[in-house]
Amino acid sequence: MDAHEYVVRMENISKIYPNGIAANREVNFSVREGEIHALIGENGAGKSTLMKILFGMEQPTAGKIYLNDQRITLSSPLQAISLGIGMVHQHFMLVPSLTVAENIVLGMAPTTKSGLFIDYKEAVRLTREYSEMYNLFVEPDARVADIAVGMKQKVEILKALVRGARVLILDEPTAVLTTQETAELFQELKNLKDQGFTIIFISHKLKEIKELTDRITIMRAGRSVGVYETASITEQEISRLMVGRDVVLKMDKPEAVPGERVLCVEDLHYVNEWGKKMLDGVSFSVRQGEIVGIAGVEGNGQRELVDILFGLKLPDSGDAMVDGQSLVGLPQARIRTLGVSYVPEDRMTFGIAQTANIEENVISDRYRHKRFNRGPLFNMKSLHDESDRLIMDYAVLCKSRSQEVGMLSGGNIQKVVVAREFSSDPILIIADQPTRGIDVGATELIRNKLVELSRAGMAVLLVSADLNEVMELSDNLIVMYNGQIAGYFDDGQWDDLMMGEYMLGLKRQSDDEIRRACHA
Amino acid sequence: MFDQLIKSIFQAEFLFVIIRITAPILFAALAAVISEKAGVANIGLEGMMMITALFGFLFAYWTQSWVVGVLGAILVGIILGLMMGFFSFKLKTDIILSGIAVNMLGAGGTIFLLNMFTGLRGNTGALVSPNILIPTIDIPLINKIPILGDILSGHAILTYLAFIFVFLMRTFLYRTPLGLKMRAVGENPNAASSVGVSVIKMKYIAIAASGALAGMGGAFMSMYYSQGWNQGMVAGRGFIALAAQAMGRGEPVGAMFSSLLFGLAQAMKTKVSGLRGMASYNYLIEMIPYVVTIIGLVFYALSVKLKTRKHQLQPIKE
Repeated sequence: MDAHEYVVRMENISKIYPNGIAANREVNFSVREGEIHALIGENGAGKSTLMKILFGMEQPTAGKIYLNDQRITLSSPLQAISLGIGMVHQHFMLVPSLTVAENIVLGMAPTTKSGLFIDYKEAVRLTREYSEMYNLFVEPDARVADIAVGMKQKVEILKALVRGARVLILDEPTAVLTTQETAELFQELKNLKDQGFTIIFISHKLKEIKELTDRITIMRAGRSVGVYETASITEQEISRLMVGRDVVLKMDKPEAVPGERVLCVEDLHYVNEWGKKMLDGVSFSVRQGEIVGIAGVEGNGQRELVDILFGLKLPDSGDAMVDGQSLVGLPQARIRTLGVSYVPEDRMTFGIAQTANIEENVISDRYRHKRFNRGPLFNMKSLHDESDRLIMDYAVLCKSRSQEVGMLSGGNIQKVVVAREFSSDPILIIADQPTRGIDVGATELIRNKLVELSRAGMAVLLVSADLNEVMELSDNLIVMYNGQIAGYFDDGQWDDLMMGEYMLGLKRQSDDEIRRACHA
Repeated sequence: MFDQLIKSIFQAEFLFVIIRITAPILFAALAAVISEKAGVANIGLEGMMMITALFGFLFAYWTQSWVVGVLGAILVGIILGLMMGFFSFKLKTDIILSGIAVNMLGAGGTIFLLNMFTGLRGNTGALVSPNILIPTIDIPLINKIPILGDILSGHAILTYLAFIFVFLMRTFLYRTPLGLKMRAVGENPNAASSVGVSVIKMKYIAIAASGALAGMGGAFMSMYYSQGWNQGMVAGRGFIALAAQAMGRGEPVGAMFSSLLFGLAQAMKTKVSGLRGMASYNYLIEMIPYVVTIIGLVFYALSVKLKTRKHQLQPIKE
């Protein structure tokens, strides 16, 4: 194959951080002009670092980068942009209070003839022009704070295109999107591909990669372990290459024997700050020894439900009780003493203190306990023992218990959260997207623990946007649509087609069938 | 007693006084607005005003020109701003600490400097002469209008400038490319730098502008309002201005209205203390502007809280 087919070639890229961690080791990565190229790997496999190098955000320790066979060195994102490389970050780089058009022209705003003032009309026109040219519908005058996530992503893509990008890097773009938005995005990306753009697509989701991409580069532990035509490799093979072993996608779990009701949710109603009904009469219960899954397209009330259950929001009406005691309006510390554990969706904000070390994070809910204190001082020995035990039990990959949590990879950070939450002898575990965005190994560990704990008699409420996850783990399954329960399934007989119909509002069970979710 | 007070309030002269008293607060509030827009919390305004007030006066005295005095105060303000910026952006001190340092420099350093330059202690009363004070101007036509003319005409040049700056700043922030970049930097520095906007540069510009505005406020204090520099002259205006910025939701026009409210409180204080039989309550009366500041902030905080109470128990984000 001739070298000039490649628009981007990265040769023997190594990146070793000053602290000695090698994020990339002699990685070779090339992308053909006009293809959609998947970059896949576990968290910490080095794919983000590789892309940051291509976008000029990080400088490689060794290795060469070629763009259209020209050797380039990149010292800043600005330089990458000027060479036609654009990146859509996982966390949007948008200014919420500015309009869509202002965000798009930020840093290159067109001015009126005097050169003094922004020509806002021109900014809007430019936005419309690109929006139409590439079929990326946005509202130029809307404030970014007010638009949906899907549109924010289009704004990001447009930002890159307006700046002349020919190569687009998308870092886990579907992580934040609903099913419909993802479908829409794929259509748009295919459309861009047809117009000659080259797209690098970072993802964890095997299905998406199979559906969208032409070729695939798989990374593991900082190295590239292979480049394949997507059509010629199966999902199982990709998964095996990523983790170096076969990951069991099917779970064998013992039959659930539900006991007493632990969590009872009664007729919850909640209207959000924009007046949208987010919860509209939700009632269900979770019993000892069972995993109740909540499936649904994101934005159908799951977020609000979980926030209410852990005291982060107050419902307009209705009640939620743990062991017969209402938790509405209670502070989190009280909710915890009732025996509720919480694995938050946003682990970086609610799950951990990034600059604190592993030990400080795992003991943060129990440091007051007698056995960790000796008079006014901590009993360091017992604290260390506790942290070491948890690090072992949950296979947290780290140098020591005193390593800063923020320095760990996503999967290991989540293991720290889970180690704390699962080990506090809870009677109810609320797990909100417990495996989102983390590597296969950590995912497996967390799923196994959830099953294990439920079989030991804990009640588990699992909220997940990963349909496979809820379908596999749940003993009973609730589908939410539009702030209501659209279906309750307790027979274990479900498949994604059927779920899809309930999740998208095509089907709804009768009120009597839904009422079964209360086990009253 | 109250009818006395009410009589003196419903007079054109009272409104004139409010505007005069508001001007220095407004300068400082605008200084707070512009730095805050770029994400820089400038709590050093109090000290900046003290120092620039002194230097403005000294420059004016040395050259016997109020124009040089004002320009000198602005220059010193810019230098102080850049200094704070250098410590915080380059040497990575906490901006709050640099602000506190400037405030302490303002409180203690000025007396030392005054003594070093002039041999005087505590105030510059001995050096004041008419040509180093900022002149007032009568606005033609408007000064002929009854009542309105009495209120609006005859202020110092800088007073008018303060109010003009409110609208200039709004135009700057919302209509110019530089203003857009500045707001972007204040709100999401990552977004701004990802499209090549230099975050540091924007912050330097903002804090320098903040210093310049504080300089005008300082010059106004020593070269017009107090007719000479004295210790304790700024009297918390730099802090009141921070409150005005917050209450004005960080917007120039909002900050103007809050500044006027605080100006009103100051003017009330003067009126009340002038009443018969109030002399023994002197210290209590002195508190009025500060109490109003606190009440204002409480109401502001409550209004913000009411809006978000139910919906967001938001995490504290950096």
